[in-house]
Amino acid sequence: MFSRRRFVQGMASAGALAAFGGKNRLALGEIAQRKASELSGSHFELTLDTLPVNFTGRDAVATGINGSSPGPTLRWREGDTVTIAVTNRLKMPSSIHWHGMRIPTEMDGVPGLSFRGIAPGETFVYRFPVLQSGTYWYHSHSQFQEQTGLLGSIVIEPREPYPVEFDREYVVLLSDWADADPESIFSNLKQESDYYNYHRHTVANFLSESKAKGAGPTLKERTAWARMNMSPNDIADVSGAVYTYLLNGHAPRSNWTELFRPGERVRLRFINGSSMTFFDVRIPGLPLTVIQADGNDVEPVEVDEFRMGVAETYDVIVQPHDETAYTIFAQAEDRTGFARGTLTPRLGLTATVPPMDPRPKRTMMDMGMDMSSMKGMDMSDMKGMDMAGMQGMQMGEPGMPESHANGTAAMPSRPNGNGSMPGMSMSGGVGMTPFPQPGRQTAPAVPATTAASQDVKPEPSSPVKIHTGPQVATKPMMVMSRLNEPGDGFQNNGRRVLTYADLRARYRGVDRRPPTREIELHLTGNMERFIWGFNGQKFSSAEPIELKLGERVRVVLINDTMMEHPIHLHGLWSELENGHGPFNPYKHTILVKPSERVSYLVSADTPGRWAYHCHLVFHMHAGMFRTVVVS
Amino acid sequence: MRTTRISFLHHSFVRAVTLVAFVVGIPSVRSARAQSSMPAAPGLAPQTQSDWPPAVKDNMVFRHALFDQLEGRTTGSENELRCDGQGWIGTDMNRLWIKSEGFAGANGVSDGDHEALYDRPIPHTRYFDAQAGIRADVDSNPTRVWAALGVEGLAPYFFNIEPTLYIRDSGHVAGRINGSWDLFVTQRWVMQPQAELNFYSKDDPSRQTGSGLSDIDAGIRLRYEVTRKINPYLGWAYDGKYGNSALYTRQSGEATGNSSFVFGFRVWY
Repeated sequence: MFSRRRFVQGMASAGALAAFGGKNRLALGEIAQRKASELSGSHFELTLDTLPVNFTGRDAVATGINGSSPGPTLRWREGDTVTIAVTNRLKMPSSIHWHGMRIPTEMDGVPGLSFRGIAPGETFVYRFPVLQSGTYWYHSHSQFQEQTGLLGSIVIEPREPYPVEFDREYVVLLSDWADADPESIFSNLKQESDYYNYHRHTVANFLSESKAKGAGPTLKERTAWARMNMSPNDIADVSGAVYTYLLNGHAPRSNWTELFRPGERVRLRFINGSSMTFFDVRIPGLPLTVIQADGNDVEPVEVDEFRMGVAETYDVIVQPHDETAYTIFAQAEDRTGFARGTLTPRLGLTATVPPMDPRPKRTMMDMGMDMSSMKGMDMSDMKGMDMAGMQGMQMGEPGMPESHANGTAAMPSRPNGNGSMPGMSMSGGVGMTPFPQPGRQTAPAVPATTAASQDVKPEPSSPVKIHTGPQVATKPMMVMSRLNEPGDGFQNNGRRVLTYADLRARYRGVDRRPPTREIELHLTGNMERFIWGFNGQKFSSAEPIELKLGERVRVVLINDTMMEHPIHLHGLWSELENGHGPFNPYKHTILVKPSERVSYLVSADTPGRWAYHCHLVFHMHAGMFRTVVVS
Repeated sequence: MRTTRISFLHHSFVRAVTLVAFVVGIPSVRSARAQSSMPAAPGLAPQTQSDWPPAVKDNMVFRHALFDQLEGRTTGSENELRCDGQGWIGTDMNRLWIKSEGFAGANGVSDGDHEALYDRPIPHTRYFDAQAGIRADVDSNPTRVWAALGVEGLAPYFFNIEPTLYIRDSGHVAGRINGSWDLFVTQRWVMQPQAELNFYSKDDPSRQTGSGLSDIDAGIRLRYEVTRKINPYLGWAYDGKYGNSALYTRQSGEATGNSSFVFGFRVWY
């Protein structure tokens, strides 16, 4: 139960933390205080207010929660009903969204969809049952408040014992901080989209690159990009030129530090709570065993490094045996800075901070050009799409082994495409109550045999025609599945890097019905104009995506842009079709690489108006947002 | 010089704002309708209330003001001030665009050219906007007012290009083409070649402009991006008259071609 005293303690320590923020050395007492900035129980009171901070050496003002930024970690227990009273002491409307939580739509905290928002001076009481476990986070969904620090982590302890044991655990919340007002960052991007990019093509780096690979090829490559008014150096829209990267609210020089005893298994709950930054995370000297992604347990997989899209979470186990310190090193994808922290057996001991890796470059593959079969240049765009589609379908096949193994038509095949819902009628109202999160105890909600008997191809998406124009600058000639690729910049770095194909759910998926229809969405944008959207449309000019309560659909995302987009669907799980069939992982945020085609299944089991958007905050506010209505 | 320009612009400004407001109004009505037509899900999902804010405001109004050339020019014997700027205010799809340029020297203000344009991206093109509005030549010479229709955008290889056609009473037609290109020498040192050419269909002796190619203003400037928005620069500029323009210029005892050293600031906000 919530104890008032503990709550007050939390506030005081968070305040103390803020005061210590700029210091390099840590005393034991400080660590103890930081731990107290975790709140647990089932009743919480959060106060949002401005907060003086100093992350960079300059005084600035953040939006804090209970006097700290990031806010306190909320520790919940699966099965509890939690009440969170959020009081807004800011001068502007605010909100808190519980990222990844499967809760009633009116508790989801999205102004304009769930509620009006929390007006200045007002208190809004969130109350919902916690029907899942894992690592999640919360953040404001109002304007750019997550950029100014209105975020925190959520840890939900499972009812069942943890499937993987550990001796201690720490949350590692990564974020990007700017002293500058986010409104001004957005405005700068609208006026000059590469405003924060200090890694453009120059005469100087032309000369150095020519030395390495010859002037001819360098010129040829550069003119190929310039002809399209594109740049292979377009990795991050906002960079270390304005950002300081934080680990649990600590800038690199203030070095967040925590303790371990050699031999212990330490669970690190990584959360990418940044607004615009992808982090490449590693701990030199320690292999990382990934055990959970986006709050859902996965089969342990050992890697040296992983990339975190904005809003994704990964839980890893590390087991340091030596009496030595280790650096948690999270470099921004564009290598303009890093967040770092230290795991150490005793205070005062630190490890070296590795140099940053070479900066990634976009390739012609990111542009959707297959250089190996360059004859493809003359094929039409649509042909390219079809090819990719087929490839994707083959990809998806291992995802439905049962239906293909037993899949004789036990039922007269019914015409699909009339919007009838075989899934619903077959399973007698399956989906009318939300499916549970897959776990040790969960049984498939639809018997496999029933599911298999509907070996019916899902109704294809109505064709999506994308034309280049002011809102669509690029349209790849060829898209493909890139689940096996770790991402730009990781090629041949000598480390084992996590890919999406590695993620295999620990527990079988609950809803075993095949999808009845497909929804194809292209991620589109014009970098130069800094306009982003789905299918060439911004939120304000698009209709909501409508799902029928209880239906199961396949969402096909095709990234027509040259950037990665972390696509987040509120309220419903996104079951990534990565070839593991019933063990496809459940995610809340799906990272889509440039010119990638990725698909996932969604059970529309919770009615409501759900936000669906790119979690890069400035892409979202530039239009890459849709409402998904489940009714 | 500034004062006259602003007071003159007042009228066209108001007109252009009205125009923009009208055009902006149409899409916003459409989006409001799209939202109200959201299907209701009684008893399942809460209704969005009319007084709820939109989930994201992706039609925000932004503004931009750039003084590309804010410089002194010296030929050694003669000195001039040059100002060339443009700015806009509006959403992604609808903008009011203001352009202004002129020389100020010993002989007063010349080449004072001020435009107020409605700007909108051209459908099916990625980087080009269409612009329509008015141009007013306001300086020490007689005033002229033109209707303007042009295009501004980014050609392949990051070439900024800005051709505009002007028409005024008694069949006068004029054309202007502006082009520039940024060559990044390093991340902060930028070399910018730039050229502006003016054409007229008829002579206008009182403004010293002749038919055909009338004048060229070209230069190359090396700027240093102290910040993205404040760039001091040095450079060289050429300003030449051709055809009858050259004749008129000679008649008034001025040089028809000036090569000058320039220094100034490129600033935007």
